[in-house]
Amino acid sequence: MSVWPDQIPLFPDRATAIAREVDAIYFFGLGIATIFSILVAVLVAYFAIRYRRRHHDEVGQREQAPAWLELVWSIIPLGILLFMFAWGADVYFKARRAPANAVEYYATGKQWMWKFQHPQGNREINDLHVPVGVPIKLIMTSEDVIHSFWVPEFRVKMDVLPGRYTNLWFEVDKVGTYRLLCNEYCGAEHSLMGGRIFAMEPADYESWLAGGQPQTALTKTGEQVFAEKTCNTCHKNEAGALGPSLDGVFGNEREFADGTTVIADENYLRESILEPRAKLVKGYQALMPTFQGQVDEEELVLLIEYIKSLGQDE
Amino acid sequence: MSEAAETFGRRRHYLNADYGVKSWLLTRDHKRIALLYLFSITVFFAIGGLMAVGIRLELATPQGDLVQPDTYNRLFTMHGILMIFFFLIPSIPAVLGNFLIPLMIGAKDLAFPKVNLASWYVYTIGGAFTMWAVAQGGVDTGWTFYTPYSTTYSNSYVIATALGVFITGFSSIMTGLNFIVTIHRMRAPGLTWFRLPLFVWAHYATSLVIILGTPVVAVTILMVAAERLLRIGIFDPALGGDPVLFQHLFWFYSHPAVYIMILPSMGVISELITAFTRKRIFGYKFIAFASVAIAVLGFLVWGHHMFTSGQSVYAGAVFSVLSMLVAVPSAIKVFNWTATMYKGSVSWDTPMLYAMGFIGLFTIGGLTGVMLATLGIDIHVHDTYFVVAHFHYIMVGGAMMGYLGGLHFWWPKITGRLYPIFWSKFSAIIIFVGFNLTFFPQFLLGYLGMPRRYHVYPEEFQVLNVMSSAGATILGVGYLIPLVYLFWSMRYGERASDNPWGAIGLEWTTNSPPPTHNFDEPPTVDWDAYGYLPDTPGGGGESGESWGGAPPVSSREAPEHG
Repeated sequence: MSVWPDQIPLFPDRATAIAREVDAIYFFGLGIATIFSILVAVLVAYFAIRYRRRHHDEVGQREQAPAWLELVWSIIPLGILLFMFAWGADVYFKARRAPANAVEYYATGKQWMWKFQHPQGNREINDLHVPVGVPIKLIMTSEDVIHSFWVPEFRVKMDVLPGRYTNLWFEVDKVGTYRLLCNEYCGAEHSLMGGRIFAMEPADYESWLAGGQPQTALTKTGEQVFAEKTCNTCHKNEAGALGPSLDGVFGNEREFADGTTVIADENYLRESILEPRAKLVKGYQALMPTFQGQVDEEELVLLIEYIKSLGQDE
Repeated sequence: MSEAAETFGRRRHYLNADYGVKSWLLTRDHKRIALLYLFSITVFFAIGGLMAVGIRLELATPQGDLVQPDTYNRLFTMHGILMIFFFLIPSIPAVLGNFLIPLMIGAKDLAFPKVNLASWYVYTIGGAFTMWAVAQGGVDTGWTFYTPYSTTYSNSYVIATALGVFITGFSSIMTGLNFIVTIHRMRAPGLTWFRLPLFVWAHYATSLVIILGTPVVAVTILMVAAERLLRIGIFDPALGGDPVLFQHLFWFYSHPAVYIMILPSMGVISELITAFTRKRIFGYKFIAFASVAIAVLGFLVWGHHMFTSGQSVYAGAVFSVLSMLVAVPSAIKVFNWTATMYKGSVSWDTPMLYAMGFIGLFTIGGLTGVMLATLGIDIHVHDTYFVVAHFHYIMVGGAMMGYLGGLHFWWPKITGRLYPIFWSKFSAIIIFVGFNLTFFPQFLLGYLGMPRRYHVYPEEFQVLNVMSSAGATILGVGYLIPLVYLFWSMRYGERASDNPWGAIGLEWTTNSPPPTHNFDEPPTVDWDAYGYLPDTPGGGGESGESWGGAPPVSSREAPEHG
């Protein structure tokens, strides 16, 4: 009943611009692989037949292939390889670097489920609804082992690590439902740790957001956590406060007591909450206690979102 | 020499020099130790193969209906561990290298015969440790032991298995050290470096990788054990560790380990191509230095296993370009072998079928490796069946084909017996067909979206998976046939002459099987390797009568070709 290739898919659908770029370089690589494989196979088969041993005491002819061939088959492959490298690196850099206007979502992997948080505060498990035509940046972490986020139709994947954030971005350009797979072996139910990405028209997405329970934005909830954990007793915008002001910290350079500097990103904020003494801001005492075990992954996300919002012009 | 073949039964050789279990278990003869290894690795290959049968049976249907997920995870983990650490890594070096390197360089034995025997015991103890862990319930981390799954979350016998691998590593180191010293110090008079068979060059390069790389994985295993047992935080972030650090350490050994598996096989292919085209190899120095280049560059590319691990994009770019460079010496080798066939006298004997199969499959494996090293492709296919297909083309299509080709080439020398021509050619073809049917569909599956290590998969992937499982059945039959006829030939096979293939090389100048001390008179060498030229000193004549000390050309298949 089934006839190739209708019933046997060979390529996943393409739902992002990056998917088209990945496919282009894949087809190029496939072409190169095919040409060289056939070239070698044909030569081997031809020589095996053309120069087949006719007599049991026959010895190969004295004449050899010309020596300049060594240069030919070193330089031509090298050229092709470097070209593939450069092209591949270009696609990879695009796929790894989220545009500045990307909307940030949070994802947490744990054995064996995915948890998502929308910036508007909505939460989902295993399913994620996103608008098409909007670059989405997922800031991801794991509560236990290493997982990996992969949607074949988007042609991007990124490992999800415990103890730090990695990120991945995509901009879906086709409305549809796409399969989410865990791509890093994570234990018994690894192959069942999946989900679905629902890519919707922005208007539909808005009504989907509104259709759920009334939500509070992450930054608002984050502000509450910030108060509950009494962060604000030290981190307040006053001269002589025990902790540095957090206004405008995110994305800017921090200078530390030992003279080193770092640009504050999510991983820096995370570390400063969990291990405050790892990087001590210049001019301040090591007074802050560790919050390791005091805040869970979700509260961390909320705190980070809140801190990121501080000092940003509305 | 032909006299020797006629008096085969009475002549003293390494096999009948002594009898009894003790004469084997306490032997210091490199040839007998090679046979001990041959026996051991065949056992591990059979067990690892049975696990592959379990995997392919489970994957014949999309549902997880044959075994529990925990069992499935143990199957693919043990399959990987047994095949890599207990079969592929020792296969060619410890069996063929052990047997042949002293013969090829005109030595009586390896430099350290007792160390050689000890290496087999260490290997066996490591194997026993691992099999004990299997009997207890096995390990489910994947052969890669990624942290923190392996150190904190897995409820399986991680430490016992890893210690088995740790112990076995020392046997590799012993063998590598032995080869290096032997090749430096024990070459026959006149046998300069550039007269060495390329098989010896390949083993020299392999030994360097073994000695430099294996200690790193040993230390890494100890760190995993320390974290799992003593909760010392190294890799698990909950204990203050870094999970990606493990991947760096692991691949720093395990990527070079790929070259430990493939370089010896490349050495075998150089021998086969020259012997079965009766032609001087094209580009001897290019092939020799390509082995060394692969060994050195192999240490600089580990990060290409980590393009999606969150490592910096610049690190990714550096590892990608270095990985591209490794492809150049590999390409040089393939083209040189092909060019050697040009105007050769190409026989279609069984070992040559394996050699031609190797060239084709290794080419596909290598080119798909280039695709994986391309950052923009890897970001999609990383850790999918595309990768599974790629490394099986290298390890099974490459290393395994080379091993079987070499075993068929030197079998008459090792055992003094011939095997049935029909069955050997038949199984070589069956293996080639079965292999491609098993693994080619996996390239398609990977790009389509099937991650590796999946117990359950979406229904639309079933057709390709069934093709793969069907191919694995054919491949399995292909492996069983040589097991049967090679075993059979040890007793019933026709007796082999000293040089049944009419090949050049010191190993063919001594008896089949060789005497305990290899050569009745210590050889001296005044000819280049593969001197199949009428007017080369030490080479042969067009009539194939003699090769200045080397035995006459005669073909196994003389009657067939008339």
